[in-house]
Amino acid sequence: MKETIVIVGAGPAGVRAAETLVEAGLALIVLDESARAGGQIYRQPPHGAERPAEKLYGSEAGKARAIHTALEQIRPRVDYRPGTLVWNCFQGKLNTLHDNAQGILPFDRLIIATGAFDRVIPFPGWTLPGVFTLGGAQIALKSQGIAIGKRTVLVGAGPLLPLVASQYLEAGAEIAAVLDVTPFKAKIAALQRMMAMPAMVRRGLSYLSKIRRAGVPMMYGVRSLAVAGDRRVEGLAWTDHRGRRHQVACDAVGASFGLKPEMQLADLAGCDFRFDELTRQWLPVVGAGGRSSVPGVYFAGDCSAIGGADVAELTGIRAALSVLEDRGTPKPQQLRQLETELARHARFRAGIEAAYPFPNHLIDGIDDSLMVCRCEGVSAGDLRANFVKSGAPEVNRLKSFTRVGMGRCQGRVCGAVAAEILAAKSGLPLPEVGRLRGQHPIKPIPLVAGKQS
Amino acid sequence: MFPDEPQFHRIVPRSGVRFAITVDGRQVEVQAGDLLISAILLHQSALRRFEFGDGYRAGFCLMAACQDCWIKLGDGRRVRACDTVARPGMSVTTGVVAVNGSANA
Repeated sequence: MKETIVIVGAGPAGVRAAETLVEAGLALIVLDESARAGGQIYRQPPHGAERPAEKLYGSEAGKARAIHTALEQIRPRVDYRPGTLVWNCFQGKLNTLHDNAQGILPFDRLIIATGAFDRVIPFPGWTLPGVFTLGGAQIALKSQGIAIGKRTVLVGAGPLLPLVASQYLEAGAEIAAVLDVTPFKAKIAALQRMMAMPAMVRRGLSYLSKIRRAGVPMMYGVRSLAVAGDRRVEGLAWTDHRGRRHQVACDAVGASFGLKPEMQLADLAGCDFRFDELTRQWLPVVGAGGRSSVPGVYFAGDCSAIGGADVAELTGIRAALSVLEDRGTPKPQQLRQLETELARHARFRAGIEAAYPFPNHLIDGIDDSLMVCRCEGVSAGDLRANFVKSGAPEVNRLKSFTRVGMGRCQGRVCGAVAAEILAAKSGLPLPEVGRLRGQHPIKPIPLVAGKQS
Repeated sequence: MFPDEPQFHRIVPRSGVRFAITVDGRQVEVQAGDLLISAILLHQSALRRFEFGDGYRAGFCLMAACQDCWIKLGDGRRVRACDTVARPGMSVTTGVVAVNGSANA
């Protein structure tokens, strides 16, 4: 049977899924928004800005090269379409935008491998020029050889924090402080679980030792962040775990608090979601073999649950094996091996989640004056006042009243925080205020909808 | 003219073709492979004004997710500065740095 199989995303998950299907002799289409494959983790700089893989990806250079090479090798047998945005999924069809041309692509099977994005929590000054996400700080360096500032403070709640700090130091950038908003004792308590993958722990320790040897202050359990500066970043203030206030001068801040799946496409495809208590996030329901709740739609990589690049490769292969199984050609032995390896990663991941618990204290500290929705300029006070006025205890109604999450980013930056604020104000448990429904277009598209392709 | 300083700093020098693009009427030098966000922020502190209030914006996520870095090109196109590569002859309007003492919004 001739089916149209589409993979969205050409990071480690999408590439491994594609490779597995090509090896099984299937034709497929790979759509990727980026101009070059690799996703964010193994992102390739634009032509002209290339650097040796060892410089770009450090200890992960081999894996990055393997993903880039894998795509090059299957390219003659795959319909690979870089620079293609998928902005909607409707009745078994994808709406695409490539080079200003609209396209409609019907599919029989869809593997969603759209990756993840930094988890953002607003703090005073977070919209000032000079404040970027940690991921953004890393991309500036990886893709451009650029530091986001002359003197940068990095803030985080996950393994990306020590990684980006060590990469900046390695490249010769000045880091004024590395601030972890989760407690140190959580790392100690989680160490045994993280030791499910000793090599990962060693990697993490090497980043920490790099920071220490550079003499950069590294603090844990940091609270009450505030950027100093009027028109741009001039410093960052925080409270340490003993309650003492600190401030350092800096002209840039890289801050985000873990990762959040890019699940808009899963939402528009009609996939079921569930509330994950541990990470306080809504996540797509992932069934056996990476299947979604919608027949013919599969997940690979960080888009359905954060697992990191190695897990993305494995779940990419797994999604492809599930496609094969659903077409009547199962590979049970390969699947069993994968599941065993994924189980080990899951133990490690549980350790990571415990080492970096969600920083509720940053949510609790959000003042009325703080802008929560940076697209539309909606403050926390606007959200709270609306609940008092309207009594509407649901986040989509909050959106229609206040425009929170209605801007260009479609709520991917602020939606989860708006729900936290509504839950706190209404006294309802977080899952009960709901989640912002996915809306097309997933990203802004030109209204003058060019030619049809 | 409003005192303004670059936000970004090139810490890994590379060889490669240099050319000029125009930002708010002034010529700035960029290198092949520079994204527009780099090309602009290597010379000034922000990319655009915030349209619903005071203040300026300089992008945020650099991975085409947050939509904070939309800018206007001279040919009328609106693009994300973080996923658009600078090309010779491009011109950009940011309205960030005042020219000749007047706001260039």
